[in-house]
Amino acid sequence: MIKDLVNPSNFNLLVGKLGDVLTRALDQPLGYAINWGRIWSLWPVHLETACCSVEFGAASGPRYDVERFGIIEAFGSLRQCDLIVVQGTVTRKMAPRLRMVYDQMPDPKYVIAMGACAITGGLYIDSYNVLPGIDGIIPVDVYVPGCPPRPETLIQGTMLLQEKIKRSKIR
Amino acid sequence: MSSDQPAGQNGSEQKKAESNHIQTSISKKDEAIIPEFEGDLINKIVSRFGDKIVQVIYIRPGRSKILVPPNEILQVASFVRDTLGFDHAESVSGTDYPKDNQIEVIYHLGSYSVDKLASQVLALSTRTDRNDSRLPTLINIFKSAEYHERETFEMLGVYFEGHPRNERFLLPEDWADIPPLRKEFRIKGR
Amino acid sequence: MDNLEQKFNETIKMGLEIVKETQEDRLMTLSVGPQHPGSGHFRFTIKVDGDYIVFCDPDPGYVHRGEEKMSEYRNFIQNIPHLERPIIHDSTNITYSYSLAVEELANIQVPLRGQYIRALASELNRQVYTLYWLAIYGIFLGHSTMFMWPMGDRELFIDLLEALTGARVTHAFNIPGGVRNDIPEGFKDRCLRQVAYFEKRLVEYEDIFYNNPLFRQRTEGVGILTKEDAVKLGVTGSVLRASGIPFDVRKAEPYDIYSEIDFKVQYMKTGDSYARSMVPFLDMKESCQIIRELLDKMPKSGEVRTKLQPNPKGPPGESYKRVESGRGALGYYIVSDGTPKPYRVKISVGSFRNMLALPFLLIGSKLADMPSIYWSLNYWPVEADR
Ligand code: SF4
Repeated sequence: MIKDLVNPSNFNLLVGKLGDVLTRALDQPLGYAINWGRIWSLWPVHLETACCSVEFGAASGPRYDVERFGIIEAFGSLRQCDLIVVQGTVTRKMAPRLRMVYDQMPDPKYVIAMGACAITGGLYIDSYNVLPGIDGIIPVDVYVPGCPPRPETLIQGTMLLQEKIKRSKIR
Repeated sequence: MSSDQPAGQNGSEQKKAESNHIQTSISKKDEAIIPEFEGDLINKIVSRFGDKIVQVIYIRPGRSKILVPPNEILQVASFVRDTLGFDHAESVSGTDYPKDNQIEVIYHLGSYSVDKLASQVLALSTRTDRNDSRLPTLINIFKSAEYHERETFEMLGVYFEGHPRNERFLLPEDWADIPPLRKEFRIKGR
Repeated sequence: MDNLEQKFNETIKMGLEIVKETQEDRLMTLSVGPQHPGSGHFRFTIKVDGDYIVFCDPDPGYVHRGEEKMSEYRNFIQNIPHLERPIIHDSTNITYSYSLAVEELANIQVPLRGQYIRALASELNRQVYTLYWLAIYGIFLGHSTMFMWPMGDRELFIDLLEALTGARVTHAFNIPGGVRNDIPEGFKDRCLRQVAYFEKRLVEYEDIFYNNPLFRQRTEGVGILTKEDAVKLGVTGSVLRASGIPFDVRKAEPYDIYSEIDFKVQYMKTGDSYARSMVPFLDMKESCQIIRELLDKMPKSGEVRTKLQPNPKGPPGESYKRVESGRGALGYYIVSDGTPKPYRVKISVGSFRNMLALPFLLIGSKLADMPSIYWSLNYWPVEADR
């Protein structure tokens, strides 16, 4: 029976079809599993850009404890990280460094813009040394407003990011 | 003030003439009762250098200000450190006066080693021409002024002769504008 | 013969050059920051010869936001929010000296109760700042407990300040003429309870951190700053007091009601990293006493603020006022030309002054001692850059 069906002329076709079926069957759950893995181990880069880092520090303290949500306060290398939380004002001196850090990180990578300064320039919009928001240099996934955002706001922002990752397709 | 006068040659007359701009009210307070300690301090400085070179203004308790021409500042600073006991600079700030065509650089000196001087801050101020702003550095007398002077160079374009590093400090490496604290530098949208 | 000598000399010269080159090759340049777990928003380049640091060059300015220039375009009241941003976890102190300077310029008197509340907020904020610093210091020395404990206790002080001012860290509480609002009901009891609890915690801190043999080994005798050098470099705050000079602006030049408060200036004599990390801790202890005393002596009722005209202005003139912040003397030099906007604002901050001690202490010490020296300087880069 199989011998009838599979002959050298349509063998390739069958393998292709089988592959398709397999991908269909596995893609969804596999992607879900991979995304699930990503969601709960977001490693932020240790890059402080301005005063919002105080609230980021508070968020990783015992009361707010972002580790519950899978944000691991890591002091590791850039190459292991997949999240930048831009903690406030980006000055003209910091901007090239920020981009350099972003470029060095492996894919997939996510960016949270924390604080009014990182979003639009905030209080320092008319300063001569401050960028009006970071979206000119790196793509931003989630904006967290506030000056500084309360740790709760930051946590909400990270949960939004997790939601976004959950829905995104894996590559 | 005529702008073509080079700074530093005719120090004290210049100081008196320019006091019309901002120092007016301070000079008025001269007539207020000067506490004994500050009066003593002022007398010491004036008797050493004479009225021609230095002009000492009493501002309020604990605050006195010396105006000196740039070519005398090194002497006055060493005197202030060695004889009076002011041993460190708390801040060095430059102020731009486009009307007078001058930049004022002011050293706020404090003292740790003399207990009585702890509450005193002596302002040592000098003025230089705006177009060619050069001053002798004081870092050999007050080491603590090093970074402050470097910042003043960057922010106001005052070149400190003898300072080892008149170069970028706080601003980005590719800064190509005029020094930002000069008054003609306008910030965005203002 | 001559020829030989010449050749000989040349060879020696060449050899010397090679030696010199290899000498230079021995040095490795390390750039610490701005993306470095131990640096904060700051970069310094160091050259190491093996394990020893032979060169250090600080490169600040990553958070230079031009506060001084911006102040010239805003009036005296509008300036407050952005002037407290350089050090948001010690924001009451940085606006304190600004308010004092403006009050001096415009000749404003602060009501007595207002002065007490100011001092109270300032002391509470000093605790918040010092605890944050301690937490960061702890984690960079690899002591995770010392990150968690101060961070946790800090939140309690933040709660107090939040009840007082309405914001977690950016209070904008001091304004020229007094404070923004009166203390809420029941604040005194909460404060006293918190201080009593915190004093018990401080004993535990001492046990787990300051008496920890590992911590002591890493900091004792490391980065010694002698008294003479401290004076020469003009350092301030805890760095100065650790070197044996009992200078505290609250005592040296009391502002507001500090002249009526009875407290001791805490200082140590050794001048090493251990002393520099111990002095802020002793300050916290003393601060608890001050808070008690302030709450005790505070007038029961009264105004907290002198009502000002909109756009207050004073006669032309200048003022230089300083307060003791968490990092040392913090001075404002304000020049006014009689308009509602300041003509020039200069902030002389403790961090900027202490930065001069960094290359001084690092050169000659071991690379492994770098974190303990750097963080013991009580340095906050955002404030230094302004
Ligand atoms: S948003 Fe506010 S707190 Fe955050 S960096 Fe900007 S000024 Fe600082």
